[in-house]
Amino acid sequence: MARAEEFQANLLSSRARATTVRRRHIPAEAVLQLVLLILLLIFILTPFFWMVSTSLKEQNDTFAIPPKIIFTPTLDHYNFVLFSPSAIVPTGLQNSLIVATSTTLLALILGTPAAYILARFEFRGKRDLWFWFISNRFISPIVVALPFFLIARDLRMLNTPQALILIYLTFNVPLVVWLCLDQFRAIPRDLDEQAKVDGCNLFQSFWRINLPLAIPGVVVSAILCFIFSWNELLFALILNRSTGQTAPVQAANFMTGFGVKWGEMMATGTLIVLPVVIFAAIVSRHLARGLTMGAIK
Amino acid sequence: MANMADAVSLVETRRTARHRRFPRINWLALAMIMPSVIALLLIGLYPLLFAVSLSFQRFLLNRPQNNGMFVGFENYAKVLEDPLFWSSLGRTLTMLLIVLIIQIIAGIGIALLVDSSRWRVLNWVVKTVLVIPIAMTPAVVGLLGVLIFNRDFGLMNYLLGLIGIEKINWLGDPTMAMAAIIITDIWQWTPFAALIMLSSLALVPHDMIEAAKLDTKSGWMIFRYVKLPYLMPGITAFMIIRTADVLKLFDMPFTLTRGGPGVSTELISLYVQRMGFRIFDMGVASAQAVLLLILCIVLARAYIYFFYRAPEAE
Repeated sequence: MARAEEFQANLLSSRARATTVRRRHIPAEAVLQLVLLILLLIFILTPFFWMVSTSLKEQNDTFAIPPKIIFTPTLDHYNFVLFSPSAIVPTGLQNSLIVATSTTLLALILGTPAAYILARFEFRGKRDLWFWFISNRFISPIVVALPFFLIARDLRMLNTPQALILIYLTFNVPLVVWLCLDQFRAIPRDLDEQAKVDGCNLFQSFWRINLPLAIPGVVVSAILCFIFSWNELLFALILNRSTGQTAPVQAANFMTGFGVKWGEMMATGTLIVLPVVIFAAIVSRHLARGLTMGAIK
Repeated sequence: MANMADAVSLVETRRTARHRRFPRINWLALAMIMPSVIALLLIGLYPLLFAVSLSFQRFLLNRPQNNGMFVGFENYAKVLEDPLFWSSLGRTLTMLLIVLIIQIIAGIGIALLVDSSRWRVLNWVVKTVLVIPIAMTPAVVGLLGVLIFNRDFGLMNYLLGLIGIEKINWLGDPTMAMAAIIITDIWQWTPFAALIMLSSLALVPHDMIEAAKLDTKSGWMIFRYVKLPYLMPGITAFMIIRTADVLKLFDMPFTLTRGGPGVSTELISLYVQRMGFRIFDMGVASAQAVLLLILCIVLARAYIYFFYRAPEAE
């Protein structure tokens, strides 16, 4: 009896030991994960916070060593870049907004019907068409920027939003086609057959039945088009030097001359970056897919 | 141009099968696809052909007297003999190699961390925060770099000072300026690698990992033989896309270093831009651009060949 009890006690304690070992083991791993995740967050976010905090600091605080983490925030820099008589940033943001919105809308108008047809029809040369559409993703903008400058100059389109709206279609149309195509393909063809029986032609069936069902894909591709167009610098720098400057061009112009005004520079940067960062957070699950043109689901 | 002719034969499959001799052209379908094709021909293909023709011409923006004169391969000869062209290309490819290796390894590391961690909320926060660097306007990222890599009051030197490293003149020293560009690129694009790897890891079947755990306790073995095969397509996709992007890279280095000091950080896109719009030689710049384009096409074809299943294949 005594031995049996002893045995049982042993068994219990070894079980208890096993669970404590496991319990101790799990927290160790989890704590390590916690530490690493927090370090990762710090690594990613520090530059971003640095920009925002510099935009809220007095110029003197900017130069402080060690850097001031706690300081009296000021909105002076924002006030200056947005509302001073010489402020150019509002026009820059406005130009960027006009260009990015128009090119996105145009890309949707051109791209969604094409995506629908590519999803529904088989035809000779479809593969080539497909390849050609996406190979635009790989063409360096500088290659087309040189001739486009000369063409735009001859058409008197330099320094207008129109030139940028058009040239941004080279990367936006393939993006829309690519992302919407998957979406259309996921819609059952039976709906098309039904629409046909009800007397819809191809366009009506696209417009009334398929497009409303494909709205999630359309919205994601629209947001990505907007982000990429808003961020673009090279074409904007070459085509819109004087008037019609977009916000990134103004950012690039900050670095000329001495006596850099860090606070104003970072306030401008924050204003430019904020809308796209918010948009990106909304479509965060789809961003990688957009950048790889759908290679990654 | 073959695409145009092919698009004209737009027909419905089933009809083709039944009435092969009289394929019916679906004019409405054609009308729906043509606007995008025409737009891309006009704004994508036409400027490309224009660039090719420019590359065979004398075309100086500042001295337009003899512009348009056919000069054969003279511009190409100039490019191929130009040590600056080769050094900027070499610099770009070196940078590409470094960032690819670091970003892929770090990206896999981050993905494995987030995938295995049980901090649900924190995982979600990390996944959302990962998109911030990717979405940030590259021109602004470059400006931010100027602040962070500042020699006297930059955050980078301050942090290095904490571990006893002397102040580094990041943007004034040729090697360190290149390092600053590479570090900035790693900050901005490692999250992209991590996102790709995360979505690939989600494809690994759970029971496969469980089964592997019965055979081995080695986390490395499980990674190498169970998870890595699922990551391979993502790794290759990342490599090829980043290759195209680094060859295009302009905005961030333009605001961070302007190619300086001297030409020590002048990447290929910056050099072509300077040749066209600072030296004003559009002919030579176009020849450079065409050579760059050929490199891009080769890469694009490789990419498509490796990844994109054509629509018929599905």
